[in-house]
Amino acid sequence: MKRPSMKHLAAAAALLLASTGAFAQDLLIRNATVHTATRQGTLQNTDVLVRNGRISAIGRGLSGGNAPVIDAQGKPLTPAFFAGINDIGAEEVSGESATVDSHLALGSGNKDMQVRPEFDVTTAYNPESVLIPVARVEGFGWTLLAATPTAGGSFIGGQGAPVRFDGSLDPFGPKVLFVTLGADGANLTGGSRAGQWMVLDQLIDEVRGRIPQDSQFALLTPAGRSTLARYFGGGGRVAIGVHRASDIRRVLRWAKARNVRIALVGASEGWKVADEIAAAGVPVFVDTLANLPADFDQIGATLENAARMSNAGVDVGFTLSDSGSHYARKMRQVAGNAVSYGMPWEAALAGLTRVPAQAFGVGNEVGGIAVGRRADLALWSGDPLDVAHTATQVWMGGRATPMKSRQTELRDRYLHRAESVLPPAYSQ
Amino acid sequence: MHKTALAACAALVLAACASTPPSKPADTGASASRAPLFTDDPYPSTYQRIPSGPVLISGATVLDGTGKRLENADVLMRDGKIVAIGAGLEAPADAVRVDARGKWVTPGIIDVHSHLGVYPSPAASAHSDGNEATSPVTAQVWAEHSIWPQDPGFAAALAGGITSLQILPGSANLIGGRGVTLKNVYSTTYQGMKFPGAPWGLKMACGENPKRVYGSRGGPSTRMGNIAGFRAAFADAADYMKKRQGAGKDGGKRDLKMDSLAGAINGDIRVHNHCYRADEMAIMLDLAKEYGFKISAFHHGVEAYKLADRLAAEGVCGALWADWWGFKMESFDGIQENILLVDRAPGGCAIVHSDSGEGIQRLNQEAAKVMANGRRIGIDTTPEHAIRWLTINAAKSMGIDDVTGSLEPGKMADVVVWNGSPFSSYAQAEQVYIDGAKLYDRRDPKLQPKSDFMLGQDLMQGEAK
Repeated sequence: MKRPSMKHLAAAAALLLASTGAFAQDLLIRNATVHTATRQGTLQNTDVLVRNGRISAIGRGLSGGNAPVIDAQGKPLTPAFFAGINDIGAEEVSGESATVDSHLALGSGNKDMQVRPEFDVTTAYNPESVLIPVARVEGFGWTLLAATPTAGGSFIGGQGAPVRFDGSLDPFGPKVLFVTLGADGANLTGGSRAGQWMVLDQLIDEVRGRIPQDSQFALLTPAGRSTLARYFGGGGRVAIGVHRASDIRRVLRWAKARNVRIALVGASEGWKVADEIAAAGVPVFVDTLANLPADFDQIGATLENAARMSNAGVDVGFTLSDSGSHYARKMRQVAGNAVSYGMPWEAALAGLTRVPAQAFGVGNEVGGIAVGRRADLALWSGDPLDVAHTATQVWMGGRATPMKSRQTELRDRYLHRAESVLPPAYSQ
Repeated sequence: MHKTALAACAALVLAACASTPPSKPADTGASASRAPLFTDDPYPSTYQRIPSGPVLISGATVLDGTGKRLENADVLMRDGKIVAIGAGLEAPADAVRVDARGKWVTPGIIDVHSHLGVYPSPAASAHSDGNEATSPVTAQVWAEHSIWPQDPGFAAALAGGITSLQILPGSANLIGGRGVTLKNVYSTTYQGMKFPGAPWGLKMACGENPKRVYGSRGGPSTRMGNIAGFRAAFADAADYMKKRQGAGKDGGKRDLKMDSLAGAINGDIRVHNHCYRADEMAIMLDLAKEYGFKISAFHHGVEAYKLADRLAAEGVCGALWADWWGFKMESFDGIQENILLVDRAPGGCAIVHSDSGEGIQRLNQEAAKVMANGRRIGIDTTPEHAIRWLTINAAKSMGIDDVTGSLEPGKMADVVVWNGSPFSSYAQAEQVYIDGAKLYDRRDPKLQPKSDFMLGQDLMQGEAK
């Protein structure tokens, strides 16, 4: 008998993949406790129908035709969560600089500031990073890739954008500019935070043409000028890292005067000025667990920060203050502890879903279970904000993702090592 | 403590052990007539328990730290000690009664790996006192001499149920110096917090940190250089012990560095070894045999799961994080079931540790993550077992398990009352007792300590305009 050629097999496999691929984007999840993260709130014993990777119906007794059916047995179903503002896909091992692409430091070793707002970290994004499955199996579906300001660059870190954990090479939402103010940024502006306002005003002069491009005072390239012109005109979100209450007040004032759409990141003392933040309609991204007076900008840090701002009417989202790429899964704990310290549960859920999606321009795509949105979903063993529970299945665009990561592979290899006489290296 | 010292002696190559009685740090009456011991303490504990009348906590779900769970149970404390645990206890007439129906009660939480006080908040450069990074072997330095007792982190840890903690030097050095165990009770001096009778720890560090710090400063610059550095230090210590044994009454010249290493060889000082990779832990186990000391616990040990059976067989604890990984190459293989796999090896000793001013406030939630990840692969851990990871097992590795770490009559009354099961995002310590005195109460601002540093920081707040 003639064996089928490799080419033949490959073609057959491709066909199979293509058909299951299309098929798998249809899905009916029956009988879930659906936390929509929209005005619909939580719906008991509810079905969610997915067609072509998007949510097509929500209700009871839905019919899915040929779509695969999952019985959720009443368990919580949520949108796949926001993984925070981090470097997933732009950082593999933090301590190995060759694997880290999240900072630009063209001036490394110089005293001069290198202001390159046109730097776009998403062009370094690797959708095959091992960090992505590690975050995804825990119920996370997307993140805001950040360009973090660093020494050798400037307090303007450059641009990032939202990325989905579905293997896509490119972002699925608009660019965001990253700026760090306060003590964290002062070492990048001559040692004083007052230098930050001075340089920001100078950059605006440059963008508006009051400083000619060939002036000895010009800091920006032509690309940098056009980039900043967009944000200074209210054309894109600027994520501003800042903690101290007085700095937050100045940022709010500056953003209003200059017509800049900002989001606050960190904001450990945000609760002190919650009313002003709420009045300005500025979303805030906080780490509930950063409750220590870690530096002199955060003397007022408290576990109640998220709750106090939320209860004052601020749109509160979450992020991690430290190592947010590898520990993205900790975001659930951050939200759960916010609830423990007074934030309504639905508001904390919004902090992992609706708030970041709206703030970063992808509110029609993700961050809620609503007709037309992408079917990026997570099913849970119990309360998703409680570390006592875990995600049992995650779907991206209606496709069930393998609940595997490099970590579960390592786990399984060593969990079962006694089952073979061969060294662990032989287990698959 | 004695039992462990003897066990360490059994494994000794050196003869010095048998003739050197283990001395408790409190034994400071160094008379002029005898040679000083390696573990004499000229900086003795002045800790005294806060006076308190008897307390009866009643009607709680009690996890006693020995592996038992009691429903609707009472805990009676008097004179700083646990008196009894059980149903329907009778309390003295003057006892304060705490209605704990619906609450959970556990032993005080213990963190074997903290840098509170030596790397305090705020992270002022003037207070960055955790690494004597001037030489790869600084066994002569004692972390206690770096502690800033006003670290606001102690209060935050207390609100998380922490009653005892070991403050260690950092991991820049191969041998970073001595660690000290504290009761988590604010005092003007560290001596006022020092846990009476607790043995010192000796901080050692494998792997990337020492070679990174010293790579361009005379070495070690490689892992083989690290191991050579350990061997040279312990060879010197063996020589020192021999010389001092034959040196007569004055004992010969004191060498503070060698004292610490000799104390470790004798088993009086507990070796706490920062080590991530399984292969490096195996090297350190051999090295410990070579020089006759015992490793009490590997700290961080993100690959401990690859070596869990050997750690259990050799009686070495794994003091671990629930889920840290990826911040450097040696942490790249971290998994969320590390603690679980170390725990389930027969005889295994797993500890949840923090190494973090944030993590120390929530060791209970770290344990909850481990339990949840276990359930996902069909391995259930009961709460009464899991609580051991953050109480008695930590105490055991620190040599204080004969006096704290579980709720048993006669032990220190270090007790936490929780609002429910501690293994949840929503768990909160409501009351914390240390040596029988209520020193934290979530509902009573007068029992929420505040360091000197935090005083008067908010006086202008109401005037902001």
